[in-house]
Amino acid sequence: MTIVVFTPATILAILPEILLLVLAGVLLVLDGIWRPSQRRWLGWVSAIGLALILGVALVYSRPGAEPQLIFGGTLRHDWTAFAFKVLFLFAAAVTSLLSIDLKGYGDRGEYYALLLVSVIGMNLMAGAADLIMLYLAIESTSIPLYVLAGFMRGRDDSAEAGIKYFLFGALTSTVMLYGFSLLYGLTGETNLYALAGQLAEGSFSLPLMLAVGSLILVGFGFKIAAVPFHFWTPDVYQGAPTPVTAFISTASKAAGFAVLLRFALEVFPGVQAQWTGIVSGLAVATMTVGNLIALAQTDIKRLLAYSSIAHAGYVLIGVVAVSTLGAASAVFYLVAYVFTNLVAFGVVVLFARSAGTDQIEAYAGLSRRSPLLALAMMVALLSLGGMPPFAGFVAKVYVFAAAVESGLIWLAVVGVLNAIIGLYYYLTVLKVIYLYRSEDDDNRIAVPVGSALALVVCSLGIILVGTFSAPWLEWALTTAASLF
Amino acid sequence: MDFPILTVITLLPIGASLLILAYPGERHGLIRWTALAAASLALLLSLVAYLTYDQSAGGYQFVQRMPWIPQLGISYYVGVDGMSLPLVLLTGVVIFTGVLISWSVDDRPREFFAFLFILATGVFGVFVSLDLFQLFFFYEIAVFPMYLLIAIWGWKVTREYAAMKLTLYLFIGSVVSLVGALAMYFTSGLGTFDMLALEQAGFSTEFQALWFPFVFFGFAVLGGIFPFHNWSPDGHVAAPTAVSMFHAGVLMKLGAFAALRVGIMLLPEGAKQWAWLILILGTINVIYGAFIAMVQTDFKYVIGFSSVSHMGLVMLGFATLNLQGITGAGLQMFSHGVMTALFFAVVGMVYDRAHTREIPELGGMARKLPLVAIAFIIGSLVSMGMPGFSGFIAEFPIFLGLWQTAPWAAIIAVLGIVITAAYLMRVVGRVFFGEMPAKFEGHITPINLGDKVALFLMSGLVVLLGVLPAVMAPMIESGAEAVLRLVGGA
Repeated sequence: MTIVVFTPATILAILPEILLLVLAGVLLVLDGIWRPSQRRWLGWVSAIGLALILGVALVYSRPGAEPQLIFGGTLRHDWTAFAFKVLFLFAAAVTSLLSIDLKGYGDRGEYYALLLVSVIGMNLMAGAADLIMLYLAIESTSIPLYVLAGFMRGRDDSAEAGIKYFLFGALTSTVMLYGFSLLYGLTGETNLYALAGQLAEGSFSLPLMLAVGSLILVGFGFKIAAVPFHFWTPDVYQGAPTPVTAFISTASKAAGFAVLLRFALEVFPGVQAQWTGIVSGLAVATMTVGNLIALAQTDIKRLLAYSSIAHAGYVLIGVVAVSTLGAASAVFYLVAYVFTNLVAFGVVVLFARSAGTDQIEAYAGLSRRSPLLALAMMVALLSLGGMPPFAGFVAKVYVFAAAVESGLIWLAVVGVLNAIIGLYYYLTVLKVIYLYRSEDDDNRIAVPVGSALALVVCSLGIILVGTFSAPWLEWALTTAASLF
Repeated sequence: MDFPILTVITLLPIGASLLILAYPGERHGLIRWTALAAASLALLLSLVAYLTYDQSAGGYQFVQRMPWIPQLGISYYVGVDGMSLPLVLLTGVVIFTGVLISWSVDDRPREFFAFLFILATGVFGVFVSLDLFQLFFFYEIAVFPMYLLIAIWGWKVTREYAAMKLTLYLFIGSVVSLVGALAMYFTSGLGTFDMLALEQAGFSTEFQALWFPFVFFGFAVLGGIFPFHNWSPDGHVAAPTAVSMFHAGVLMKLGAFAALRVGIMLLPEGAKQWAWLILILGTINVIYGAFIAMVQTDFKYVIGFSSVSHMGLVMLGFATLNLQGITGAGLQMFSHGVMTALFFAVVGMVYDRAHTREIPELGGMARKLPLVAIAFIIGSLVSMGMPGFSGFIAEFPIFLGLWQTAPWAAIIAVLGIVITAAYLMRVVGRVFFGEMPAKFEGHITPINLGDKVALFLMSGLVVLLGVLPAVMAPMIESGAEAVLRLVGGA
């Protein structure tokens, strides 16, 4: 593929990232000049800014029918990059809305600035077509997230989350970097597409290729929280400020899948039979371990952490199907999952704000204290459990359909069995919310406007994706087509 | 374009559910009347559809189709035939009577009726689906509200256990079927989930023999087939009255119907190869269910296991793969649906007043609740297959069909009727006649108007069908003929 010569119009492809940088700067400046009482509006500025950038991206940054390599081949302007960028921007906007008014970080300009920088990194991850660009993008995604996870310095669990996330991230990233350097050493190329061409010529031994692939997989596995690279997940999810957890569990995981899809389908198609074997194994382990450990959790954030591990496993099924439908189902699943998990964590944020706890048993009586929150949580949990008319149902059907289409019926069956385990613990939480009573039954939970907006938008998203899935699937199929 | 009656019937309940959720939770009266209005409308519309169905033309009518997820060949595709239309009517009857019976629910009635109506949408949706994906979509919608309905409003002792057991059983069954459905979709190469097209896909015999058990038994779990029936009595007993009615009356038919429509009609060769297993399991259902019902001391468990026993007859009817058997199974689905809803309504009325369901502790209820006793006796006569009641009209053709294909099964299963008579007589004698224990004096208040209407409607229907089988039998027979054209036995 040839690299497109730079013209001013190419700037449009990275317009969202440029605007994000501007927005981050604006937030830091406002933080400096605003009085403390005014700083509670920072979250709104961030959310509205992100929404505007999302709009701009939808209008001006749409890729053409043909993918283009731009900026000296460091970025690829295609549907995969575009679709994921939209997803990240949306997740960041919702995260900002959920953070408003939260003590210790919701009124801090640097909190939102870090969030935005991390989105820039994710956007570049989704578009990266060069090893160096990719590595830099991954690091500029991760480093702000390490800081965000440990943002509440005064609290031990948050500090622990930050350090743990950092140590795991640093370790896996060096292993991945080693894999990158071997790739460069073997082929003399840093551009993914040039590199893929060299690998496809097949002059390299199979074990070597698998070794390189596995080293790289360590880094991606960390990002998507796949077993056995998941050990950081529960502690980080539990300790980090909850909106940050929401963001890590949705956008950051999706970013990991964006690069995984590109690598798996475009760089390593030559050793397909082998890597699909390895990744199927990962998928099975990820689903099963995530779901089984989730059964024993008593803290809602830890439960959602293990559930998010399990969901990474379902998405991996779509990846190993190695087909247009498979890649599309993975993208579709991520869209459904982002909407759903944002609602789930949104409810956790609001509940903890009033009740000051994340214990599942404390959720008793939620349906009496706030019917709206209870309903939102029901929508989210049932969608995670794969029940119609919610997004999670169609997403699971597509993923399993992709597996069956590619002859991986056994994998679909494992996925289906896992879905049943998943449903069990989601229903257990739902039971506490609707069935049990607590002494605080009459203690209503306040829902601020920003969070209510975020919850309503995402819940409607869950139902829309679940019932009118044709346009979303079309989007996912277009995205998938750009990978083949 | 004609009035899209099936779409309205299907979406009306969920619309009502959203409306009810939008009300303030304290307005109990408003919530109840809205629920009753919606349920009456649903019943009325299903009756209209039933009466305007053109029997001479047969086939699928009130058909409506539009693309839904065109990339995968999924469409919104509804239509009813002689097999499914009576079940639509049945759902209308049960939702209407269920709302009447639930008038006294006063713990969060808003959520109760909202979930009940979501359930109704799921059930209507399955019965009218002609698209396989759509069928699953509605099938799952019917499953999850059950969990909350039972867990929140059910019998305190077992509700959490029973609700979870039921949901997991049904979910396992449906996802196993789903894998089979996906296999059909990709193997057919037609790129469509349209069931009428898949009927003609010409799957190889090996394929059908391999996948039939997954699809059929996956759905038959909800039909209560042995050995996967275990969720059903626990679920029936733990559920609040209206939900038990829905559950035994309609949901079990949902499973049986889907097993017929997807299992037998799409994989007829598979059905022929596996009919022996369905025969054996169905026979066990009939006998085993009846024996277990006999030793129960809890009134509601008796009815719960009697459902298992009666659903066995439906399975036997399917397994005959001949006209009488399948027509009988169709009639049995309707007849048993109304009858068991009637039973559970009666159990609920007695329990609400006596606060116990232990048969030895009850007695003499007929004196205080004469209408309830009459309704229960009518139900019992239906259940025993007495001529003049719908049970006879349904069970007779099943045995007729069974005699032609598997006389041994007919002989064994007939014994089930004798056992049924035994346990029902015992319940009637102990609960409704004899001396009323002194502790109930003053507690047994008369039933209200809504309860009476519900009892009259359901008793009337089973008698009407028994006396005038022509109101339904020819329609179901036309549906059964369509099944047989696919099986190739007609």
